[in-house]
Formats: sequence, structure tokens, C-alpha cells
Amino acid sequence: MSSTYFEFLRAELVPGLMDGLWTSIVVIVPSALLGALIGVVAGVLRVYGPRPVRRLTEGYVSLFRGTPLVVQVFFWYFALPYISIGGHSIVLDAIPASILAFGLCSGAYQSEYIRGGLNSIKRGQIRAALALGMTTRQAVQSVVLPQAFRRALPGCGNEVIYLIKYSSLASIITVNELTGTATTIAKNSWRNIEVFCTLGVYYLALVTLATWLLHLAEDAMSVPGFERHRS
Amino acid sequence: MSAENQTPPVLEARALGKTLGGNRVLDAVSLSLPKGCVKVLIGPSGAGKSTLLQCLNFLIPPDSGTILLEGREVNGKSRRELCTLRQNVGMIFQDFNLFDHLSALENVRVALMKVKGMSKLDAGELALAELARVGLQDKAALYPASLSGGQKQRVAIARALAMDPKVMLLDEPTSALDPELIGEVLAVIRDLAQNGMTMIVATHQISFSASLADEFLFMEKGRVIESGSPAELLRRDSGSRTLAFCAKISELSGEGGEAEVLAPECRV
Repeated sequence: MSSTYFEFLRAELVPGLMDGLWTSIVVIVPSALLGALIGVVAGVLRVYGPRPVRRLTEGYVSLFRGTPLVVQVFFWYFALPYISIGGHSIVLDAIPASILAFGLCSGAYQSEYIRGGLNSIKRGQIRAALALGMTTRQAVQSVVLPQAFRRALPGCGNEVIYLIKYSSLASIITVNELTGTATTIAKNSWRNIEVFCTLGVYYLALVTLATWLLHLAEDAMSVPGFERHRS
Repeated sequence: MSAENQTPPVLEARALGKTLGGNRVLDAVSLSLPKGCVKVLIGPSGAGKSTLLQCLNFLIPPDSGTILLEGREVNGKSRRELCTLRQNVGMIFQDFNLFDHLSALENVRVALMKVKGMSKLDAGELALAELARVGLQDKAALYPASLSGGQKQRVAIARALAMDPKVMLLDEPTSALDPELIGEVLAVIRDLAQNGMTMIVATHQISFSASLADEFLFMEKGRVIESGSPAELLRRDSGSRTLAFCAKISELSGEGGEAEVLAPECRV
């Protein structure tokens, strides 16, 4: 208890959180990619899929948006091993279980942004693409999706930023990412306030980095009519 | 124009019917477009002109009737036959429907690559040539957001022409344009007609279309109720529904007595 905050920071907190930071990134990046992939697929199916598929994806979205993420994380980690199909059951390690949970949850939200983006593109452009001889799939792929994605990007980025912060829930299924590591350090050192305030700064830095990357992506895809509006 | 020669019409529709939301939008409409022929659809809005044009390339699948491309019936259920039909039938829309995320050049190029399987280089060269044909080669790099309405419609025409269609369907190509921009689009259309393109045009530009059309088709309530050469239908003493309608819209658009002016000296 005698050391100052800066000594504590240098000797214990930064080295400890560095490992946690790496683990967080290992969880966040695949989750975000999985979420984006699921979001695009589910979003497209919700708008252009045949009716039964549309129903199915709508069911997926309401289930994963409608239940607490903690419950979902617990489910994939603790409950999944008990479900056996034909004598086989799946046991996931903590990190894959978190990635699956976050990816599926994030995908449900992402699909909403993608759906909004798709619906904002005038149907006339699809008609024009079809009239040129494109198949519906080509029209969606090369005409609608590129535009919908540009429209959806700010919302999707928002979801990624949420994801960075709710990745802290992985700590409750024993993943030693930022929050998990910080909790351990806090317990051992009894310096709760300093540890958790520092933890906040780490998340702020992660989110700032993500925001900057998202802006780069928006700028890279910007064409007249689809500019990023700076305030 | 002898329609009864040996070669079948480029595009023919037989007894097309379509019901939308309980309304009979098309009621046994038949028409035939011999090669090089220009037909003009006129009539009040809601008459079924737009539905008819979109039924001709199955953008709206007709409930009944048949479409024949160069004498062969098109099976609307077959994806391949639909693609072939649509490549051969170019369509121009009232609101242009350019692909907003693509430059003018890319708009023309994309279907050449995706549908015709051309290489990017070849497609690009052809696209540039088509843009030059509508006078827009210097605008090739611009995106739709930076083009005027008239320029957008000309890009749309270039995009359709690049597919080398045998017939063009134009659905009110100038209706969404500011008056001062209509001329440049009409000039391109006139050029097409003079180069022998087979066309069917839905339009309210009566005097313009009278100078191009081989035949006027007047539609009302889903049926073609009058057809004939513009000179015939617009003759002052013809007593046709077409004449009455044209007189009415020229009154509304402030072109005062247009029907009267064009009737005697209608160039066909």
C-alpha cells in the first residue's frame, strides 16, 4: 500500500493489463468479423430471402436481441456441453465460447443496420439491374450491397464500439481479458479505484482506435453521394 | 413500313393481362414491334402504360398472355430465357435508376462485365464509346450525384445501349426532368430513332413523339383503345380520344393549342 499510483502502475498494472489487452483483442477482432459476416448474411436474407428464411432470420434476431448477453455467454459456455445430439456434445473453451456468443449477438444487431441500409436503396436500381439482364443475386451483390453497406457503416461501427465494451463480459466465464485481469489485480492489491479507473482508460483507448479505423474505412469508401458528413 | 414481311417482329405481345391489387391494370393488350419501328404509348396516368412496358421484359410478370422475341415465345419461368430477353430489350426509366455508387463509366461497364462476361478493359472501352455516343465522354468519371437530370438519363441510355439491345422500352424518359433539360434527352432519342432503333416510348411529349412515331397507341384503363399514325389520330377533325387527350395536356402544360399547331403539319 505504500507505493504511489505511478509506481503501482509501472510495476503491476501495466504489465498485467498488457496480457489482458492482448486477450481482449483476441476476443474482440474475431467477434467483430463474425458479427459483421452474420449481420450481412442475416440482413440480406431478411430483405431478399424467401418467406420461411425471412421468418427464421427474424426469429434469430429477436432471440439474440431479446435475451441478456450474460445469459447467452453462460449458455454457450456452461449449457452447451449438456446438449447432446446423437451422443455428441460440444464443449467450448472459454475464449471460443465468448467469441461465438459475441459474434451471434453482434450479428443480430448488425443485421438491423444492414437491413436499414438495404431498404434505403431505391427498388428502381434493382429493376434497372434486372432490366440489363443481371440475376437478382448479381443485382444485390454488385448494386445494392455496396450502397447499403456505405449507408450502414456508421451504425455498424457503433455496434463494434459496443462490442469492445461488452467483451468485458467474457471475464465472467474465466477469460482473463482486460476486465478479468483488472479484477484479479484489484482483489490482490486492494486498490480498486486506481485499477478500475485505469481499466476505463484502456477501453477508452481501444474505442478511440476503433473509431479512427472506422473513419478511415468510411473515407476509403466515400464517393459523391455517399460522403461522410463531418460536423 | 411493311409489317407483313417474312421476318417476325422484334418484339410481340399477345393478349397480355395483369391484375394488381384487384385492379385490372392490363386487359388483353397486344402489340407488335417490327424492326425499326417506333411506337408511342400515350394516355392518362394509371392507364397501364408503365405496367405494359415492364411486362414486356418481365420486370412485372404478366398474369396471362405471351411475349415473343423475334418470333420465339419467351418462357418467363426460365431464368436463362429471361436474361436473354432482357439483354435484348433495353429499358429506360422515368427516374433514371443509375447505380449511385458507380461513376458514369462504371454504370455502363458493370452489366457488360457481369452479364456479358467482358473483361474490364474491353467493357471500359465500349462503355466510353457509348458515353461518347450520348455526348458524355468527358463526364465518364463523374458520379450520379454530380450529374444533372438530363445527363443522368443520357448515361442510363448509354448503359442500355451498351448491351446492344434489339429493341428499347422508354418509360416516360423525360417526365422527371426540368424543362430546360428535356431537349438534350429528346435529341438522343431522336438520334436513336433515326439510326433505326426499334422503340416503344411512353411519353407525354406529344409533338416530339408525333415527329418520330410510326404509330400512336392510346391507352386507357388497361386497354389500347385507339391506334394509328400520329397524323391520322391528331387530325383536327378526327374526333379521336387521342386528340382530345393531347389538347388537354398541352393546355395544362401551357403550350397553348399544341394539338392544333401540330395537327396539320405533322411530320411522319
